[in-house]
Amino acid sequence: MSQGVEILEASEWWCGKCGVALEMATVEVAYMGSKYPVELPRCPRCGIVFIPEQLATGKMAQIEQLLEDK
Amino acid sequence: MDQQELRRLESLCIQEWAPWCTASCPVHVDVRAMNIAISNGDFQAASQVFSRSVPFTRIISRICDHPCEPVCKRQEVGEPIAIRSLERSALAYAPPQDIRTSPTAQKEQCVAIVGSGLSGLTAAFDLARKGYRVTVFEAADRLGGKLRDYAEELLPQSAMNEDFEVLKKVPIDVRFNAYIGVHKSLEELRHSYDALYVGTGSASGTDLGSETRESGLAVVDVVTFETDLTGIFAGGSAIYKLKDYSPITSISHGRRAAISIDRFLQKVSLSASRENEGAYETRLFTRTDGIEPLPRVCMDDPSRGYSLEEAVSEASRCLLCECMECVKVCEYLERFKGYPKKYVRQIYNNLSIVMGHRLGNKFINSCSLCGLCKEVCPESLHMGEVCKAARNIMVTQGKMPPSAHEFALQDMEFSNSDRATLVRHQPRMASSKYLFFPGCQLSGSSPDHVKKAYNYLTDRLDGGVGLMLRCCGAPADWAGREASLSQVLNSFRAEWLGMGSPELILACSSCYALFKAHLPEARLVSLWEVFDRHGLPQTDAELGSSVLAIHDPCTSRHEAQVQESVRRIVRSLGLEIAELPLSRDKTECCGFGGLMYFANRELADKVVERRINETNTDLLTYCAVCCDHFRSGGKPTLHLLDLLFGEGVTRPTPKPAPDYSQRRENRVRLKNSLLKELWSEKGAGQEIQQRIKLHIPDKVRDLMEQRMILVEDLLQVIEWAESTGTKFVQKKTGHYLAHYRPGTVTYWVEYSTGEDGFVIHNAYSHRMEVLEHLRI
Repeated sequence: MSQGVEILEASEWWCGKCGVALEMATVEVAYMGSKYPVELPRCPRCGIVFIPEQLATGKMAQIEQLLEDK
Repeated sequence: MDQQELRRLESLCIQEWAPWCTASCPVHVDVRAMNIAISNGDFQAASQVFSRSVPFTRIISRICDHPCEPVCKRQEVGEPIAIRSLERSALAYAPPQDIRTSPTAQKEQCVAIVGSGLSGLTAAFDLARKGYRVTVFEAADRLGGKLRDYAEELLPQSAMNEDFEVLKKVPIDVRFNAYIGVHKSLEELRHSYDALYVGTGSASGTDLGSETRESGLAVVDVVTFETDLTGIFAGGSAIYKLKDYSPITSISHGRRAAISIDRFLQKVSLSASRENEGAYETRLFTRTDGIEPLPRVCMDDPSRGYSLEEAVSEASRCLLCECMECVKVCEYLERFKGYPKKYVRQIYNNLSIVMGHRLGNKFINSCSLCGLCKEVCPESLHMGEVCKAARNIMVTQGKMPPSAHEFALQDMEFSNSDRATLVRHQPRMASSKYLFFPGCQLSGSSPDHVKKAYNYLTDRLDGGVGLMLRCCGAPADWAGREASLSQVLNSFRAEWLGMGSPELILACSSCYALFKAHLPEARLVSLWEVFDRHGLPQTDAELGSSVLAIHDPCTSRHEAQVQESVRRIVRSLGLEIAELPLSRDKTECCGFGGLMYFANRELADKVVERRINETNTDLLTYCAVCCDHFRSGGKPTLHLLDLLFGEGVTRPTPKPAPDYSQRRENRVRLKNSLLKELWSEKGAGQEIQQRIKLHIPDKVRDLMEQRMILVEDLLQVIEWAESTGTKFVQKKTGHYLAHYRPGTVTYWVEYSTGEDGFVIHNAYSHRMEVLEHLRI
């Protein structure tokens, strides 16, 4: 899923609270009782995770659909 | 849905029944497939289709009594297809490839065939291919039986010889000049063979009639061709009660008797699963009205049959009979590329899946439940009811995808929350003879019309007209949420009883249909019938003489009196009505029904497009949602209330329908302003005030509507981000990006600080939860 994340796009966004650049990190996502580890850009200090539009409306939506139909 | 119910539903869909030609053909030649092949110029394929059902193709293509032609549907619009001539052309331009002759496995059992007419030879050929040792006893000195009586120009000896060639490829022992009954009796023969087939015809000296007398051979089972003597079977022209010799019936008898003999020798049931062998009545339905009549293609040289081009044109006249009545009128049924029989099976399978992917979910949730399929179905199969029952089961199983209906159900909850509900007797009255129930969609779409209609009702009707603002529960019903529906209905019922069970005046046909089904104790009347009975409101409008096409909402399908009232109103306004091809009991859905709009937006858009392209005339409807949907599709559409309370608009301009945020806002405002204006009460409902001011460009609003994101959702995200500082910032633009998950959906908003609030640049959402573990 993290393949959908444009590193370039993520690099444009900084954590507004901590003022630091985001770093790729393993984060858990959960839906319909399933949990998966994924690589996503995250603030190394406060832990806020960045989900770009393309990922949310693309790959993520697809996986949601798959899990809903399981 | 159990197996039995599945079978019942499947049997209602007649699409897979054979066309008339095939059903009336005793050997079921797939004429439709053959004609498709010929019309495509593929004579080889046509020839193969033909020879798949017929063992002696050259003979049959010349002398078949073609029971297919008198029943051909083409005759309703022209003349029957020249099927036999087309069979002959298929053979002429592409002689059949060798039929499979090698037996599956050689068997030890021996079968005697008495008579070498078409039935005997077919039985002999079929049994030899199955590996039996077959001996044919023929009284004459050559094969053919009755075929020998045909004139050479009708049935050349060469054609017969070519067809009989195939018999040399299977181990069949032919004994000529073997007159059974004289040289040997049937019973003697029976002792030497494991089974016997008697196909001696009725004209020759060896006919079954005389055999019957000699051997006591009688009672023939019409399905299995058994005689009263075990192991002796009989068929052919001696058996069938036809006036004339029927070559194709003889072939059918031989073939079916061979099946029986095989089963007899294998010691299995002779009678199991033998439905519809031979000619039978099909249940297929094919509509022929509107099809251009075409006469039969003439042959330039009848002695040579159709030329290649002539055959292609004649085959192209074939209607390729099928039903598809429901699929033809329904974008949804067409979209999934099947027909109810297949769909019902898919639904059943989908519901039966324990582990694995439920690929049918989307299909089940995409139906508008409108019931047009039932209206056009010759067997009244209602796919909407099947889909609805499936949804109920999915909900019970806990397998309903949350994304399908959640937004709509939340909208219903909102309409039934304190913020939007209202119930009051008419101002300065303590009881209500009537209760006006405008419905949540009219309140959300045109709150002003609700006020004007209520004003009209209190003005015209005696006995008190109460008002109730809420949602009837249709979204819960459509979503298959039975528990939720009864909850909504119970609250409604309690309020309605509290008002003294007044007669309900309904502006929405979905409310009407829902109450009719679930609140049988209530008296219902549509707002339109009230207008029709009590006179139209005074309007200064000069309506002129425009023409409007009436779109009946799909939930008004069975309310002829409502549809009639609407038409009387329109006519009394001096307007002309152009009826749509599908209207009244055959009207179409606007794409909202059954929550199609939420479960399959793309399909809903197509449904709108299809409906609005059915006429060049402007549309008039009496459902707020239909109206909004057609307007969103760019079609000039009027709501009946626009005519009754409008300012003389007869040429509606397509104005954008309110989005979901505006609908909610409209409902709250309607409640509060009515309370204030009519009952002098302060609005208890909290207005969706912009606690912080948002500037949302139209482009973003459209995107939000598409993604089902409300202004309220944006507010929550920004409030959270601004109060905690939890947000991203884009260096280049200074835009912020924040997210918040108030319930089951995470909303993301890209925004920037404006002069007096925030400017929204983008909004999106996902349902998957990111486990962030924020350190804040």
